[in-house]
Amino acid sequence: MNMVGDILLLIGCAFIALGALGLLRMPDVYNRLQAGTKSATLGTLAVLLGIGFHHPGWWAKLLVIAGFVLFTNPVGSSSIARAARKAGIKPRLLAGKVGTDS
Amino acid sequence: MEDSLDTPALSWPHHIFIFGILLLLWMLLTGSLDAQELVAGAVVSLAVTLLFGERFAILTGFRFSWLAPLHILTYLGSFFIALLRANLDLAGRVLSPSLPINPALVEIRTRLKSPLGRLLLANTITLTPGTLTVDVDGDRLLVHWVYCPPGTDLQRATEQISAAFERRLSGFLI
Repeated sequence: MNMVGDILLLIGCAFIALGALGLLRMPDVYNRLQAGTKSATLGTLAVLLGIGFHHPGWWAKLLVIAGFVLFTNPVGSSSIARAARKAGIKPRLLAGKVGTDS
Repeated sequence: MEDSLDTPALSWPHHIFIFGILLLLWMLLTGSLDAQELVAGAVVSLAVTLLFGERFAILTGFRFSWLAPLHILTYLGSFFIALLRANLDLAGRVLSPSLPINPALVEIRTRLKSPLGRLLLANTITLTPGTLTVDVDGDRLLVHWVYCPPGTDLQRATEQISAAFERRLSGFLI
């Protein structure tokens, strides 16, 4: 049981570390948000699941936290992206803006 | 295109639904099935539902049917698979020395009408591989795409990014 929890904690931390690496390597704010959001969400879920294996009595509260993270994480990053766009930060586009004329 | 921001009156099933969600949250937070806790939770949930029920008007987007729980489960299953794929995809890009990205802003169109449906679709798009919802304007969603295939137009972007999830969401949302 503890072994499974440890592995899940490790996986979660690995994803979050990859997200941090993405923050450093990606060229602009939108790409960085992508790297940050996805890895933080799955990383946090894996960590919460790992904690659940270590402390099975906490599952109800962990479930509430997981639901909260799942709801608020994407909303937060979408809001940052929207604010960045309204502030006039141009995304670095290689393919060009498409689909807006139809 | 702000066609869905008016808030229709809540029906009785919606009130019962809100009450159920509040009671479930109470039970999860207290973590006990003790009779006293349940009675206290029921009283508080009922009071909140009666006093502030209208504030939960976003829940009118929920469509009640006997199949709704099944739709929610299939949606959650496919969502978690997509989240896992998104992270593996991202890990591959970040760890690759050449950083293979081809970013683009694309617009997609949604058939979901309710604010709740559009909120969940936007959230889902943000957490699925390579896409991030930047803005919602009526039935159009502006999406940032890390690796946009060349020559993509509105139709193809809609198909590739949102169509599958929209179909699943429309099982239990308007």
